[in-house]
Order: sequence, then structure tokens, then C-alpha cells
Amino acid sequence: MKPSRIVITGVGLTAPNGNSLAEFRQNLLNGQAGIERIEIRYMGPQLAGVCHFDALKYQKKKEVRVGTRAGSISIYCAREALADSGVNFEALPKDRVGIYIGCTEHGNVETENEIYNISKFNYDTKYWSHYHNPRTVANNPAGEASLNLGVTGPAYTIGAACAAGNMGLIHATQMLRLGEVDFAICGGVSESIHTFGIFAGFKSQNALATHEDPHKASRPFDKARNGIVIAEGGALYTLERLEDAQARGARIYGEIAGYHVNSDASDYVLPNPTRQAECVNAALKRSGLKASDIHIVNTHATATPMGDIQECEAIRAVFGEGCPETYINNTKSYIGHAMGAAGALELAGNLPSFDDLTVHPTINVDDLDPQCALPGLVLNQPKKVAKVDTILNNSFGMLGINSTLIVKRFVP
Amino acid sequence: MTKDECKKVVLDIIADIAPDEDLSNVKPDVRLRDQLQLDSMDFLDIVMELRKRHGIEVPEADYMQLASLDSSAEYLTPKFQALAAKK
Repeated sequence: MKPSRIVITGVGLTAPNGNSLAEFRQNLLNGQAGIERIEIRYMGPQLAGVCHFDALKYQKKKEVRVGTRAGSISIYCAREALADSGVNFEALPKDRVGIYIGCTEHGNVETENEIYNISKFNYDTKYWSHYHNPRTVANNPAGEASLNLGVTGPAYTIGAACAAGNMGLIHATQMLRLGEVDFAICGGVSESIHTFGIFAGFKSQNALATHEDPHKASRPFDKARNGIVIAEGGALYTLERLEDAQARGARIYGEIAGYHVNSDASDYVLPNPTRQAECVNAALKRSGLKASDIHIVNTHATATPMGDIQECEAIRAVFGEGCPETYINNTKSYIGHAMGAAGALELAGNLPSFDDLTVHPTINVDDLDPQCALPGLVLNQPKKVAKVDTILNNSFGMLGINSTLIVKRFVP
Repeated sequence: MTKDECKKVVLDIIADIAPDEDLSNVKPDVRLRDQLQLDSMDFLDIVMELRKRHGIEVPEADYMQLASLDSSAEYLTPKFQALAAKK
């Protein structure tokens, strides 16, 4: 039996340079980055991608106080996606709605805050918050969204390091096809800029970007790139089976063409281009597409010296020189690395290409690293192209998890 | 500390832990839970904030003493006074 066709019918997001798809897309086309310097506990000023959405648009003050930043991001994105989808959410059976949210990590922020809090009381644990456990359980971001929306179907997170954003969509696709739910809210979120540990960890790894100009700091593929700019953010989508979306006359952003997830099984942090290429090839095969059928490849590249080269090696292995209609870009150059939200946000930033036939560029490339000089790389200026029917989105993460998601133009 | 001052201490804490609530007309003799959106976690917040801000301990067996503003003042005022006497 052929699997159900799954389509994207709504997008809600918050990024360091935009709180809606329209604003985000416009800034990607305008070359407008969204990086700033913020104070990080114990470390002083650090570069970060900070979101400036209005949490109180969908939450009470008390919910914001009791919950987590990841929870607020999830709720904002979920509500925005639902509004964008035009679905009559009140009428949907809430036990048939699933919430699947990818996360790189969860609980670091809240744990660090509590340790800091009790440090003011001579580390006496009787000052430790009774909210610690509900804040730090791994399902928190999805759980807070389920509380806010009254969703009684499955709501959980998917831990997949920085491959997680894609994983939210992939998992939702699988659950819709299995008939586990009839309507899915899915994607990825990150609150990682609020934990000093992520910054300190990347710094100890010599993988934290520095630059005098914050907007120039995240520069994948540039010869002078010197690491990651950490960002927060989120992008959640509404996914439906095609027949359900058509029955309610939904606008369709695109159709899930295929995906794949695999593991390197080779190193804690160093990517493995062979496995990455296998992941991309397997996603192509599942989609019934050839490499030359892909019009946009959105790279994962985080601007670490080695990681970018490894991914370029994988892309070269798959796309080579024989894909004249394939264009390659990167979104982290604008917003930094939004961790668990990265894959979901980066896909969102490219979806409008189906309509405007424009590929947003990779910015901040002043001196292209020859080892990253892929054919079709769109540098610094948007590129008008003849055709955008397919977008391939790569997201890779630590411990060697790789995810590739392919979305195609919807053709009835 | 007077009982009225003690009620203000409790109300100030509630203002922080339940920021959406209108506290202008809280009736001192009516259970807080009957007039405000407060759950058991919020009461733990009141206990925690009394500990953090004022060094007042409320054992679990005495939680019911915090049911209303009047009962809170009745229970907490001697504690505040004892604390002040120590200083």
C-alpha cells in the first residue's frame, strides 16, 4: 500500500531575525542577520542569536514564570502555526492531535538556574525550586504546548542533538502515516542561549565564534570562520494527510517527499562525510528523486573549520558536478546555530522559494574557503532561478546523528 | 510587625507568584484558593518565598494556616516578631 501523502499546511516560527515566516524570509533576502552580544553567567558578553517574540501573546504571566523558555517558544510557534494553517482548531478532536518537538537538549538552563539560586543560600537544597522537575523533564517543551492548547494526544520531544528539527517533521510524518494521529504540530525548538554550559563547552572545544561585528560572526564556508554562534528559536509546522488538508481547503506549502536518519557510529563530535552522504542518498531514494532533481540544498554547516569541510565533502560526493540546477545555501550565517530548532527554522526560511523562485544566499562569505567551494553555492546575494520544485534540508548532530528531509512543491 | 504588615508581606509574595491576578479586593477572611487562581504549587511558592525573603519556616503540618490572609497573619505575625526579637 502506498503511504499517505503528507503536506505542510502551516508554519509558526521565531528566529533571531524574525517572528513570522514573512519577516524571517524578508530578512534572509535582505541579508539581515540577527546576532547580538549578551551577558552569559560566569563568562561575560558572548555572541548569540536572541529571539524577541512576545511570549504574552499566547501565555499568561504566570505560565511564563512557571514554565521554561523552551516551553514559551513552543507555545508561540505552535499557536502561530495553527493560526497560519487556518484550521478550525476548536473543532479538532484533541486526542487525535500529536505534538512532536525536536530538541538538542533540555534541562540545562533550569538546572544551572537552580544551582545559581542555591549558591546564594550556601548551597542549602531546601531553597531548590519545586518547579525543577516539571521544568527539566525532557518532554517539557511539548508538554507545555499540550497544556496551553488542550491537546490530549501524544505530545513529546525527540532528542536528536542538532538533527532534531528535521526529526520533529520526520516523526510527525511517520505518525500520520501510521494513523496514530490525524493532525500534527511538529518541528524543533531551542532555549540554549540561556545555558552558560553550552557556551563554555563550545569554547573549551575551540568552537565558539568570535568577531567584532556580531552580524559577521557566523560565517560558514568563509576561510576565516572560527566557530559557532549559539542561537535560540523555534519553528513548528502543521502537518496533515493530503486528503484531510484538501477536504478543508487548506493552503499547502509543500509535500514531504522523503527523509532519512542514520548514525555515524564513529566519533562523539567529528562528523562523518561518508555517513552524511549515505543519509542524503537514502533520502533521495525514498523520495524517488535523483540528486540532479534537487533545486535547493540547505546545508547544516555551523562554521566550524572542520565541520564545514566534512559536509562539503558529503555534498560533493552526492551532487558532484552534474547537477546544474542545484543551488546550495546556509541559514546559520544569519541566525547562528539554533540547535534543536536549526533544521526546522532553516527549512522554513527556504519554503517561500517555491513561490518566489529565489534562493536566499549564504552571507558573510568574504573569502570563500576553496575546500567549501561547491558548485551552485549561492553567496552573499539572493539568486533568481528558473525552477524550485524541491528543497533538501540537512541537519546533523553530535554523537553522529544525521537527518535529511526533502520537501517538494505540491502538485495535486 | 503588625498583622496588617504581615498580610502585606503575603500579598506582595502572591503578587509575584500570581502576576495575572487582581489583588485589589482580596477578602482577608476568605480562603485564598476560593478567590484567586492558586494551586498547590503556588502555596509551595508562598512557603519558599517566606523562607527566602524573610527566613520564616512553615512546616508542612502548618500549611493550612496559610489558607486566608487572616489566618496567615495570625500564624506568621508571632514568627516575624520572634525573628525580630532575635536580631
